[in-house]
Amino acid sequence: MDNRQKEIDNLKDYKYGFTTDIENTRAPKGLNENVIKFISNIKKEPQWMLDFRLKAFERFKQLKEPDWQKPKYPKIDYQDLYYYSAPKSMKDKPKNLDDLDPKLLETYKKLGIPLQEQKRLNGIAVDAVFDSVSVATTFREELTKQGIIFCPISEAIQNHPELVKKYLGSVIPVTDHFFATLNSAVFTDGSFAYIPEGVRCPMELSTYFRINASNTGQFERTLIVADKGSYVSYLEGCTAPMRDENQLHAANVELVALDDAEIKYSTVQNWYPGDKDGKGGIYNFVTKRGLCKGKNSKISWTQVETGSAITWKYPSCILKGDNSVGEFYSIAITNNHQKADTGTKMIHLGKNTKSKIISKGISAGFSDMTYRGLVDISSKAINSNNYTQCDSLLMGNKCGAHTVPYIKNKNSESNIAHEATTSKISEEQLYYCQQRGLSAEEAVGLIVNGFCKEVLQQLPMEFAVEAQKLVGISLEGSVG
Amino acid sequence: MKEQLQKDFDNTIRNLSLSQKDIEIKKFYLDNFINKGFPNRKEEDWKFSDLNQIIKKNIGELSFYSDYTYTNKVDTSAFVDGLEHNKIVFINGRIEKIDFDYEKKDQIEIIDQSETINKFNNNSSLSDLNSAFTNKSFKIVVKKGYQLTKPLIIYHTTNSKIWSKNINLRLNFELYENSSLRLIDLFRDTSEKNFLNIFYNFDLKENSVLKNYKVDKFENKNIKYSFNNIEQDKNSISETFILSSGSNFFKNEINCNLNGEYSSSFVNGIFSINNNKHHEIRTIINHLTENTKSYQLIKSVLEDSSRAVYQGKIFVNSKAQKTDGYQLSKAILLNKDSEFNAKPELEIYADDVKCSHGSASGSLNEDSIFYLMSRGLNYQQSRELLINGFLLDVVEKITDPEVKNLIKNMIGIKE
Repeated sequence: MDNRQKEIDNLKDYKYGFTTDIENTRAPKGLNENVIKFISNIKKEPQWMLDFRLKAFERFKQLKEPDWQKPKYPKIDYQDLYYYSAPKSMKDKPKNLDDLDPKLLETYKKLGIPLQEQKRLNGIAVDAVFDSVSVATTFREELTKQGIIFCPISEAIQNHPELVKKYLGSVIPVTDHFFATLNSAVFTDGSFAYIPEGVRCPMELSTYFRINASNTGQFERTLIVADKGSYVSYLEGCTAPMRDENQLHAANVELVALDDAEIKYSTVQNWYPGDKDGKGGIYNFVTKRGLCKGKNSKISWTQVETGSAITWKYPSCILKGDNSVGEFYSIAITNNHQKADTGTKMIHLGKNTKSKIISKGISAGFSDMTYRGLVDISSKAINSNNYTQCDSLLMGNKCGAHTVPYIKNKNSESNIAHEATTSKISEEQLYYCQQRGLSAEEAVGLIVNGFCKEVLQQLPMEFAVEAQKLVGISLEGSVG
Repeated sequence: MKEQLQKDFDNTIRNLSLSQKDIEIKKFYLDNFINKGFPNRKEEDWKFSDLNQIIKKNIGELSFYSDYTYTNKVDTSAFVDGLEHNKIVFINGRIEKIDFDYEKKDQIEIIDQSETINKFNNNSSLSDLNSAFTNKSFKIVVKKGYQLTKPLIIYHTTNSKIWSKNINLRLNFELYENSSLRLIDLFRDTSEKNFLNIFYNFDLKENSVLKNYKVDKFENKNIKYSFNNIEQDKNSISETFILSSGSNFFKNEINCNLNGEYSSSFVNGIFSINNNKHHEIRTIINHLTENTKSYQLIKSVLEDSSRAVYQGKIFVNSKAQKTDGYQLSKAILLNKDSEFNAKPELEIYADDVKCSHGSASGSLNEDSIFYLMSRGLNYQQSRELLINGFLLDVVEKITDPEVKNLIKNMIGIKE
């Protein structure tokens, strides 16, 4: 105990040591032009950026909140949110590990993340937004040598306005849907990456997102541009502290791949899912869209969604360039009262474009999971191909698994194949494993991991290990 | 359209001898329809087929009143040859003939229900339209243990006397325990530019069997919507086959509620369309209790700039353990302008189930054509052989040999 206390104290010092780098200001509550100007001002943004925000806000005022999704949620009062906020003072955070739900602690122990790391994840010590910037800084020198730009987007707006101006909003325009437009108006920070022509990014770029303060919406914006012939693999991780109220997270992620470029975007989303009774948790309403702008370009999304009270997102690919390729690999797990409505859109515009969708959904407890996807092959996209496979696994009869694919083929020279299955873990499989000495829980873990393997394989090594453990942990208590 | 509706409604009511209460009910449905109008693409169920636009484009202004005071002559030459059958004949929406000559009279009951307006399990505005304007409606009851010896063919005939008209029909069927019915809907039109709105309700009691075949084969320029609601009790079986081909637009909807254990539902369909035709099949199979089964197979062959839509949904509620649900749709697009849209949907709340769906669309396999041509067939022959084989798969699912042969002959499939 003493040791642990010491470590916590150490971490506290560590934390305090960096407070100077973290802004502590909060914008006035509510959403209006002044708040947007406030955000823009505090970030010292140029006029064009402010105009971009205001244009989005004008549009936002005319939009209605969508309601076609499967998971319904209580109405969000957009005037009751803080749109800009630094983390609350340290006093407000859990002072030590004992304040945390022991289950969460246990969870991370099982994850095998060292204590130091564990504390970072739990949000006791290090601010992850800060952390993400520092990671970038660590390698910035090495990256700069190759001409790669990797920095917070607010910094990019200052230092590389020509790039940001050119690509920001080119995939998700300010005139997009409700949450995307809200993000365009009020986004606070996020990452920017630019890979110059012909460069193969030597390491994985990564960001760790966290929601800290209460009553705050988090709106970050990520923009990744891969210039001709370049390659980049980008990782995103998320966690949030436990709070009783629901919090909104509405991020925008834009990817642009030019001729022969490839972007691999991986997410392990582990936002706070709410407690066992479905109280609290994050509303994860994210817009992710990639544009295969050039010919022979490729964008690949991989996601492991285990957290959030409600996950509502469709990472999409617009296959504009001839011969471009879009891929989507997803594992979504819901337990207790979590809800997910997720999937992808593959929009084929160019000739000889290919897309592949592998989606694995697992629902347990009282949760509800929906795969919703669109494959649209336009009449000009001749010789295009799509393959979709979405499998669902149900655990218990209080949960739901749904599949809603939209398939549009406007072209006789293209092929679309779609397959979906829903089932449960068979008694035979369980029996087989248990007979060989595994406990029921281990057996389920093993079978589920096998079920997810196709997707887990797509993740970079370090992530795959973490994700595999997360998969097991998310389902804990759902058997027997 | 509103004034037209009001005027036609008043005319329709005048010709019916309805109680004040029934008139009120009909008015209620009329107001509902006036409020909602024809379904358009903003409604999820009509996303791929905007009926409002289709009617505007193909017909223009519709009128809703039909004068049913005179009788039409039944043209016996239109009847199906070589198959003895019972008949119900609709001409321009008016029932001209009900004939169960081959059956025992006391085993079949025909009840005039024109004065009772039953609600349909359908909340689209077309149901309101149907309730407001439907004229004569009958309930056909097959008594306990009776199995019809011959199929019943319902002729939906229209002739050139009508133009730009909306025709609303409805029929109710009740199949008592251990009974069975084979039903063929046959569409034959010489009219153009009318909108047929058809509602059937089937009530299948324990151990009853319904074979429900819909044949839209003959070329015509009408627009059709057909809604079938099938309620199924324990051990009952429903088999639906749809041949969707002749009309300019046809949307077939099958809503099937598997209420009793061990009940099963089969829906098979063929789209074989060309020119600018636009056809849709939408199925909703609700598995509401344990040990129910459903199977769906839809195949499409699309030529020119035709467009086919398949929206299939399997719903399994939390009580419906041991459900077996399967759904497959396949489409061959023969022209660069043809289009196939699908929305195969699964909504599942029970864990011990086996549900799957598949959907594929693409061009005719060139390798297969090459294979056949290398064995001496010409291109046209190879193509036909492949398409026939593709469609034969669905026709073979028809369990009634007489009807199977009839349909094979109609499509011109040789074995």
